[in-house]
Amino acid sequence: MRKSLTTLAVACAAFLATSAFGQTPEEVKKGVEQYREMLELGNPAELYALKGEALFKKKRGPKNASLEQCDFGKGPGVLKGVYAEMPRYFADTGKVQDLESRLVTCMVQLQGISEKDATKRPFGNADKPSENEQLVAYIVSQSYGDPINIKLDNPKMKEAYEIGKRLFFYRAGPWDFSCATCHAEENTRIRLQDLPVLSSPAGAKAAMTTWPAYRVSNSQLKTMEWRINDCYRQMRFPEPNFISDSVIALTTYLAYTANGGVYKGPGIKR
Amino acid sequence: MDNTRRRVLRGASAAGAVFAAFATGALKPSDALAITWDKSAFEAKSMVDALKALHVSSATDSKDIVIRAPDIAENGAVVPIDITSNIPGTESISLFIEKNPFPYVGTFDMTKGAVPYVHVRVKVGQSSPVRVVVTAGGKHYQAVKDVKVTIGGCGG
Amino acid sequence: MGDPMKIRARMQGDVAEVRVLMGHPMETGQRKGSDGKIIPAHFIKQIRAELNGKVVFEAAISQAISRNPLFAFKVKGAKAGDKLSITWEDNKGDKRTDTVTISG
Repeated sequence: MRKSLTTLAVACAAFLATSAFGQTPEEVKKGVEQYREMLELGNPAELYALKGEALFKKKRGPKNASLEQCDFGKGPGVLKGVYAEMPRYFADTGKVQDLESRLVTCMVQLQGISEKDATKRPFGNADKPSENEQLVAYIVSQSYGDPINIKLDNPKMKEAYEIGKRLFFYRAGPWDFSCATCHAEENTRIRLQDLPVLSSPAGAKAAMTTWPAYRVSNSQLKTMEWRINDCYRQMRFPEPNFISDSVIALTTYLAYTANGGVYKGPGIKR
Repeated sequence: MDNTRRRVLRGASAAGAVFAAFATGALKPSDALAITWDKSAFEAKSMVDALKALHVSSATDSKDIVIRAPDIAENGAVVPIDITSNIPGTESISLFIEKNPFPYVGTFDMTKGAVPYVHVRVKVGQSSPVRVVVTAGGKHYQAVKDVKVTIGGCGG
Repeated sequence: MGDPMKIRARMQGDVAEVRVLMGHPMETGQRKGSDGKIIPAHFIKQIRAELNGKVVFEAAISQAISRNPLFAFKVKGAKAGDKLSITWEDNKGDKRTDTVTISG
């Protein structure tokens, strides 16, 4: 374990050389906090949500239907608070689903769009955001202020949680990393970014109540599926497939650990 | 509304004329037409040239201009800057990022009913002084704040 | 045309506090695309706010304003129920106006 942490520090050139700024770590931290606080004044994620709302209500696909009757777990057409209770088990598909996989289900069932078409471009870029990102921005904003509430009240949910937990601690890849390498120790960071301890409720809450988020560094809304996908990329694992069972399991573990945290997304991050 | 649109669309020559009129005192700021997009100022590659294009020959340092910006910006693509002018009769607020390829960021008109305050987000190419020039009563005032920029690369 | 703006306008004492998000690439004209070619400059040049049809705030800006711009400003002489509209116009002649009612 100690060895892998050393590797991390070297690999990521971690820990900002604060002397470059001629300031103490405390001053740097204060400066960064001030920056993040000022970003809170306005979040372009709202622009994504506006577009997502229009997409959600637009009649599309072979069935010429909107997504308005999509059931995210609280009944067809209910959006308020649904994201705070996802991933959850859906009896109609017999699966644990996160928001993004449920959206695909609804596009297939309600609009008659093929699964291939519904999943072909989950992540966009600043010049051309994906529809998935816009829909996600709209739906998660309907859970603002709702406490995260993941219930392991079903064998499939318990199974997803256990698999997710194992994945979190599972070390592999060319660097012998796991999620836990960066996210299970206090006071780790990459450059200026403090890394939350996602295996603890406090850290999991901090992350899960603020993702999905608008990233100012690339002027884009990033979803939870993307977040996990990119962590695997950074660990040099093969990147998991969009809405794969493994990503949903890991999200279930993280969201359950964050239970009770009040959702404040979509967030805005550096 | 259409009149205004036409006015704001006037080119650099009109802008020059307006500023020249200011300079000679022939036109009081309150008579000024809607704000113009001053091509020569926006395309200036140095602070000196930008100020020259805007006919700001000198500006007095003023503590009545309050610039709130982070000491350290994690990402230069988005640097929030909050500007308040407490100088009586503030007519306009202009913003410059000195080390950007084109330092002049813009001018905000305060003569038509706005409180002399504005919040913007700007791109800052490298650590740089942020300069604000306020025009009031035909005179220019200025304040400067340094912003350090780090680009978070490794965090993805 | 342009994308819809998100405008918030709220009375705070006798001043209307306005915050607006605009969806715009604010392309500098210095960046290369994935094909290696320079992406042409594309940015908002002018912003104007009107209170019940009367201009109250104006700005001339450059490509240095961040992508998906946020502006906040304050307007005197407004009251709850007044109409506040914001217009932007970019260097390609594209423009967009959105209007909100100021809340109390």
